[in-house]
Amino acid sequence: MTAQPATRPEGRTGARPAGAHRLGPAAAIPPGEGRAYAVAGTQVAVFRLRDGRLHALGAVCPHAGGPLADGQIDGGVLVCPLHQHVFELATGCSRTGQPPVPVYPVTVDGTGELVVEMPA
Amino acid sequence: MRQRLVVVGNGMAGARTVEEILRRGGAEQFETTVFGAEPYGNYNRILLSGVLAGAEDEAGIFLNGLPWYAENGVTLRAGIRVTSIDRAARQVRAADGSATGYDKLIIATGSRPFVPDIAGAREPRRGFHQGVFCFRTIDDTRRMVRYARDHEHVAVVGGGLLGLEAARGLQAHGLRVTVLHAAGHLMNQQLDAQAGGILRRSVEQLGIAVELNARTAAILGTDAVTGVRLTGGRDLPCDMVVIAAGVRPDVELAAASGLPVGCGVLVDDQLRAAADVYAVGECAEHRGRVYGVVAPLWEQARVLADHITGADPAAAYTGSRVATKLKVAGVDVSSMGVVAPAGDDEFVVYAEPGRGVYKSAVIRAGRLVGATLVGDVTRSAFLVQAFDRDVPLPADRIDLFFDRGDGGGAALDPAQLADDAQICNCNGVSKGTLAQAVGDGANTVTAVMERTRAGKGCGSCKSLVGEIVGWAAGGAATVDPSDSWYVPGIPLAKPELMAAIRERRLTSVSAVFAALAPDGAEDAKSKMGLASLLRMMWPNDYVDERDARFINDRVHANIQRDGTFSVVPQLKGGCTTPAELRRIADVAEKYQVPLVKLTGGQRIDLLGVRKEDLPGVWADLGLPSGHAYAKSFRTVKTCVGADFCRYGVGDSTALGIAIESRFQGLEGPAKMKLAVSGCPRNCAESYVKDVGVVAVDGGRWEIYVGGAAGAHVRQGDLLATVDSPDAVLTLTGRFLQFYRENANWLERTYAFVPRLGIERLRAVLVDDSDGMAARLDAAVAESVAAYRDPWLEGGRPATDGQFRPSLPLIDLPLVPAR
Repeated sequence: MTAQPATRPEGRTGARPAGAHRLGPAAAIPPGEGRAYAVAGTQVAVFRLRDGRLHALGAVCPHAGGPLADGQIDGGVLVCPLHQHVFELATGCSRTGQPPVPVYPVTVDGTGELVVEMPA
Repeated sequence: MRQRLVVVGNGMAGARTVEEILRRGGAEQFETTVFGAEPYGNYNRILLSGVLAGAEDEAGIFLNGLPWYAENGVTLRAGIRVTSIDRAARQVRAADGSATGYDKLIIATGSRPFVPDIAGAREPRRGFHQGVFCFRTIDDTRRMVRYARDHEHVAVVGGGLLGLEAARGLQAHGLRVTVLHAAGHLMNQQLDAQAGGILRRSVEQLGIAVELNARTAAILGTDAVTGVRLTGGRDLPCDMVVIAAGVRPDVELAAASGLPVGCGVLVDDQLRAAADVYAVGECAEHRGRVYGVVAPLWEQARVLADHITGADPAAAYTGSRVATKLKVAGVDVSSMGVVAPAGDDEFVVYAEPGRGVYKSAVIRAGRLVGATLVGDVTRSAFLVQAFDRDVPLPADRIDLFFDRGDGGGAALDPAQLADDAQICNCNGVSKGTLAQAVGDGANTVTAVMERTRAGKGCGSCKSLVGEIVGWAAGGAATVDPSDSWYVPGIPLAKPELMAAIRERRLTSVSAVFAALAPDGAEDAKSKMGLASLLRMMWPNDYVDERDARFINDRVHANIQRDGTFSVVPQLKGGCTTPAELRRIADVAEKYQVPLVKLTGGQRIDLLGVRKEDLPGVWADLGLPSGHAYAKSFRTVKTCVGADFCRYGVGDSTALGIAIESRFQGLEGPAKMKLAVSGCPRNCAESYVKDVGVVAVDGGRWEIYVGGAAGAHVRQGDLLATVDSPDAVLTLTGRFLQFYRENANWLERTYAFVPRLGIERLRAVLVDDSDGMAARLDAAVAESVAAYRDPWLEGGRPATDGQFRPSLPLIDLPLVPAR
């Protein structure tokens, strides 16, 4: 299977209001896995590391549109499931020569709910 | 206060040593001065033959041009010969009268051309006769090119590598060339007589005349050369002479300063000749050997730099196993180790004089101690690896010389390949990209593959990638220690890893990382291999952490390029019923499945199913998973066998279904494809399966293992012939369990079986030589008993959001509907 870069629509992009968005309980993400959320027209993949840390990144692989939320992670990187391109969770930079993935600040509020900060 | 480091010699060894020292922070420790006899920066001497032939331009062969020294704070005294070393005063005196003090001194004077005593070769006043040349430096090459313009016939004294290269180069300038070789055959240092004879035919076919046992006694003609006189009185007319009769270590300076000198400057394992005085490269003699090829020089430079900068004070050079691969006058030659057999060495030879092909191997105590290839060097990478790594050799010695399908033989010579030649066809990686990665500092095959993703697809380009990395690294590619680890994140080979897991009873992937990984760190790329290994070791006690699973194993389907999945229900032995076909058709329509396809494994594939639809599809299908996605037992192809086919001698369908029912979903280091054929016509392609069964007349069954028909094609080896289906089931299970326990991660049986050898497998599995048969049978039985159809998770998901879409804003599928 050769990987032609897919001319992939980013998704139904509506308005992009900035600011905090609440995404439901952090516990909904199994330890060590990622889940994707539609946040005001942007697809965001949120990963919950086994040590509890959280990272939120763009959900679409810049190489060929792979679903990054289905990727495997460790303490530092995310590996795209389609062609094993590697991205740093903290910075979104690729270690295999691809363009970077956007990174969004994410925290858990008092009630255990995920809060993602979307840029202006 | 920085120490003063003086390097005498600006050739490949000297300059490389300075580079290695700088790479280890040498600039802070040393104020470095390099003396070079030639007025240039350091250039690649090997490429001079290309410059002579006009194939390379001079500018391209420089490794360290003059600016490099200034940019790196190194004082280069180019064109200034060192005349003496005063060790008492720790000073070096040069021809320009200067005296330079040193705290550490490195001698890298290389070697000088050896000039046999030929009357008339030297003029008392001007050195060499104006028509007589050596072939060692850029200046030599320039003078030869100028002189060749208006001369006709050159005699090259010396039929070794250098002489043949000079002959071929001068031929490009329209000269008639005669090579005069004193020995009985060409390149007698590297080749035996038969190989030398074959090389001679090839050289003569290029139009180069060759005279053997021809010792040059004198140069005829005073102002201009008119010919040469051979011992025995015969004269050969010519108007130009090139002396290329070998080299000798240049030890004059070292000897004059009282350093220990044998054939070369005698050095120990730290390349030390005396206190604070070192020697490296062709001028050094280490444990009785002087090295004339590049790879050992790089190793010496690394060890000396480690030692002198304190980066690794204990660094030791223990000598090099020399393997060279080169083009001699247009002929490919690869040689390593000893040239000829001694005592009761095994000597294997293959020769095709007509085609100019010769291959020989010297085997001592089952190990390769020498090999020579002329004309066809496609197997040189394999032989160099066998020679370097001292590994057991294939039983059929012919496999040394010919690739009979057990490994992607690299038929190409890296140097010849164009930069944009695509090497890895799965990930589209070119030779240029590989060379660039090496240039950026990745000097092991593993590091280059990691960075460029070459060899990460089907893997059949790995040996060519290895050759290119070796070539790009100037023969100095090192073996990555992690090559022998089971998974990249844990520095243990499989036996040690399994022992540690059992000893500490580690039953989850996170526990393995915490206990065995450096600083307990997880590694994403190791999770899948560890999950598979632990599930095999603890069939009932494995703690199933879902993040350790690759996505296909999390949702039990094969992810497609748009994020949808392919669903392959189990159709045992490739058999189905109208009712099943109707359900498959109904599901395809209900879930608008874009493509319904027959697979290579005799099953039906539904492609383009959305992740969130998987549970519904499974429920409506009412069929178990076909495991078409995991590193596991896949399918058993069958032919209709004795029940239907007029040729059938065994009920292959029933046996295939029985095998699939027993071992369905069994995980392993890589996928396992099986087949059962009802007669030797082999319609189910059993000969090219991981395990292939073939019925033979008389109610018996042949079992083949290690076959393949994908990226790699290999005929399986006959493991045994048994006389009942039950015996087939037992032996199949035993082989699969042995493979699960001993193969490396992602190592298919087509590599595993030849690696161990079919004799070893027969002994262990059929003759029970190691007494492990019973344990293997029990272990696979335990895994079989623990089997549970993963599609049952459709009804009871194992995790929250297991089937939640990962591209929520995209209307899938995007794959086309056919």
